[in-house]
Amino acid sequence: MGLLPLVAEGAMVRRRGKHLIGPVDLKLEGAGVTMVVGPNGSGKTSLLSVLHGTLRLSGGDVRWACPLDEARKKQGFVFQTPKLLRRSVRDNLTYPLILLGVAKSEAREKAAEWAERVGIEHAFMQPARILSGGERQKLALARALIREPEVLFLDEPCSSLDGRATREIEEILISASNAGTRIMMSTHNMGQAKRLGDEVIFVLDGKLLEFRAAGAFFEAPETAQARAFLRGDIVE
Amino acid sequence: MTDIWEGLLHAFRMLLALDPDLVEITFLSFRVTLTAVVIASVIALPLAALLVVRRFRARRAVIAILNALMGLPPVVVGLIVYILLSRSGPFGVMGLLFTPTAMIIAQVIIILPLIASIAHQSLRELWSDYHDLLISLNTTQRQRIVTLIWDGRRALLTAALAGFGRAIGEVGAIMIVGGNIDHATRVLTTAIALETGKGDFALALALGFVLIALAIMVNIAIHWLTRTETEGRW
Repeated sequence: MGLLPLVAEGAMVRRRGKHLIGPVDLKLEGAGVTMVVGPNGSGKTSLLSVLHGTLRLSGGDVRWACPLDEARKKQGFVFQTPKLLRRSVRDNLTYPLILLGVAKSEAREKAAEWAERVGIEHAFMQPARILSGGERQKLALARALIREPEVLFLDEPCSSLDGRATREIEEILISASNAGTRIMMSTHNMGQAKRLGDEVIFVLDGKLLEFRAAGAFFEAPETAQARAFLRGDIVE
Repeated sequence: MTDIWEGLLHAFRMLLALDPDLVEITFLSFRVTLTAVVIASVIALPLAALLVVRRFRARRAVIAILNALMGLPPVVVGLIVYILLSRSGPFGVMGLLFTPTAMIIAQVIIILPLIASIAHQSLRELWSDYHDLLISLNTTQRQRIVTLIWDGRRALLTAALAGFGRAIGEVGAIMIVGGNIDHATRVLTTAIALETGKGDFALALALGFVLIALAIMVNIAIHWLTRTETEGRW
């Protein structure tokens, strides 16, 4: 059974009396890349975490087309700062497969294939800590993609990377999207949102103000806040 | 000062001659301590990892108790184990009092909180790095514990070595439950106490130097075997 559509109805998160996000209503389906944009602290990370299931809801509902346990196995998440295990590059890549019960030899074969695909094969047996920032993020991305997720969430994966590393990450994402992975990614970089996005979600103060096709959003945003944000004004 | 010098010379002479009593005492010290460290680690390390990954109501209280028990007076532990294993005690029927097993039991009780507390501190730091990733990968509690123990193994080794250090130098509890019986439960520390009591400071010091050398050798060997220093944190 497929994972999509993902439906959120009145999804809301409050922590210690503070409103983090919601109520959010959205339906994610089909293929392509959805970019989540908005100013700092607007709730982009919270939105991705709620949909991914790592942030507990205070109200409302988030539903996948298949049972939750199965759904968790078919998604990946890439964090803003790469979260790497204190292991070698190879063992970082095999880890999610071994959790799924894949045989070690098969997992290692697949890890070698992915290391080559993202260009970190030179450090395959080295500790992951020796990688550069861009390589670490590529490793984190490869580790998320190695499970062939149906949906991949990325939380500003290129925020601290230089142009070259950003381009390489984007190329990997485009090829993953072409291979059928549904991508939802937050970014600060409007150029990146235009390059990659098929759809755009504009978030402000924990609420989804716009969820539209990327072209339409960038050409004619519907809300005054989105227009101000795209103009580069400070939006609160 | 002369006593210390004489003690060193005596220690060398005994080691060179492979004095049978010294070998027996040293071997028993090593066996009792190592067994206690292994048993305590098998219990303490998963316990420490569990306290890190699992949130439950009494968690803070358990951590506070473990920390407090690090300073458990060995003599009191010895006394309690003695009462439990003595003929009139609940486990008296097992006939364990004044055996190396009784000494191991006492040492496990003494070092378990120490190993668990140090391990908990190390794993807490590792968990803060791993938390988001392991939650995101939908790992089970068991998988999280295994991952933390494996990836934190070098820091955990330090915890186990701290336990070894405390256990090998322990005298109060094992004197009570072991009885310091010649060729049965006499270990380096109890032998030192005995020789000091008899006024044979040179022999007591010689045994002391052997004890220190043993502790240093075990530490160096384990660090070398696991390459703790050369491979760094991960």
